[in-house]
Amino acid sequence: MDHTPPPFFNRGPAPLVRLAFFASLSLALLVLDARFRYTESLRGVIALAVYPLQTLATLPAALGERLSAYFASQAQLREENAELRARLLETSQAAQRYEAAHAEAGQLRRLIGAAERLPVKSTPAEILYNGRDPYSRKVVIDKGTRNGIRAGSPVVDASGVIGQVTRAHALAAEVTLLTDKDQAIPVQVVRNGLRAVAYGAGASGMLELRFMASNAEIQNGDRLVTSGIDGTYPPGIPVATVARIERDAAYAFARIVCQPAAGVERGRYVLVIENESRQAQPPEEAGAPADKRPVKVRKQRRRDGDAAQ
Amino acid sequence: MQLNDAPVAQRILLPVRASTILVSLALALLANFLPWKNVLLAPDFVALVLVFWCVQQPRLVGLGAGWLLGLLIDVGNGVLLGQHALAYSMLAFASISLARRILWFPLWGQALHVAALLLFAQAVAALVRLAAGAEFPGWTLAAGPLLGALLWPVLTTVLLMPQRRPAEIDETRAI
Repeated sequence: MDHTPPPFFNRGPAPLVRLAFFASLSLALLVLDARFRYTESLRGVIALAVYPLQTLATLPAALGERLSAYFASQAQLREENAELRARLLETSQAAQRYEAAHAEAGQLRRLIGAAERLPVKSTPAEILYNGRDPYSRKVVIDKGTRNGIRAGSPVVDASGVIGQVTRAHALAAEVTLLTDKDQAIPVQVVRNGLRAVAYGAGASGMLELRFMASNAEIQNGDRLVTSGIDGTYPPGIPVATVARIERDAAYAFARIVCQPAAGVERGRYVLVIENESRQAQPPEEAGAPADKRPVKVRKQRRRDGDAAQ
Repeated sequence: MQLNDAPVAQRILLPVRASTILVSLALALLANFLPWKNVLLAPDFVALVLVFWCVQQPRLVGLGAGWLLGLLIDVGNGVLLGQHALAYSMLAFASISLARRILWFPLWGQALHVAALLLFAQAVAALVRLAAGAEFPGWTLAAGPLLGALLWPVLTTVLLMPQRRPAEIDETRAI
């Protein structure tokens, strides 16, 4: 005889069993995401489902801003216009000088046989909102893979680097700020060309140069720019200024704290730089023969010579 | 304690509609995705509404719903996939186990229980992140759950509104 209870008492598996099931599922996802990064496609699918809600949520703020912009007074606009025109004049002059200097630098680089730097393409974007994760420092911008933004591209503002695109969705992208604890950027001291790597210092909003010997040639007020040797950041973009150096004889390394040059945690409009040199020359493997490069350079030089004639 | 203090236990409510649950959860998601100035001070609306439905309707909303909502939050916030999924499924489990106890208390007593539940969920998420190597953002982490618990009486009143009977007070009838 069958002794199963009637179906109206059936409540499915016990809560504890369900908890074990869902907890292990979550833990599996966590490990897959944190260790192996296998979940990006799943994330992309769910992101598409969440996207309408996210746009809806950012709508009121955007609408308010547009309204306030509409009601901005004419005097204010004229003042801003005049200011912008003055700045345009200033920067256009700087740009002319830059053109000349750039051409000269290209000639010099050709003379010494170094590969020429390719021009960088950039996409302007607007910061939509701060990341909602209190454990990391991220912002979300309004351009995504549709606009040609890929993970890994550097992001700058008017005065320097602010971070790097770490995840690109279809219509938005996440930028990890320089001050994030896990974000590193290779830098160079402008004054003497000393190379170092700057790490985010987390909540303080500063950067840190780690593993610099305590007798390293570095001073307060030294400006740091990207060194460009990583192939990700184009060289020469301002990153930070050294704010404080603590040299302690008890430690082998100095503690160097730097103030970011860009408005890393403020500002609204940014530029996403697409590093085309990286596309043109994929980084060679460490074991690859080293004699490949001179050939390439020579070829390029010949092509330049042809173009000049 | 008089029975009159416990409005939820005393009044007989209409059966809940699935649309009410879905709409409230969608609105909570929307509230979570608002561009908050300081994320640490923003209450976690999804967790709050999830606790509410787990306490009120443990047979309709439970661990599965919590897990799915957690996944949505994880992707929407761009955090580690599974962080909120784990926290919310544990939160749903805890709320279902405490559901019968919570409903006997007046609203402020319920809010105290909810504060403990939300702090528990936040602690689970924090443990996951710290294990994954993030830095501890400070004790303001507890502010969001506590503010969320303060919203509990308001939330209860609003979300039970669709289930209340029309006010036809009949003195001769018992209920």
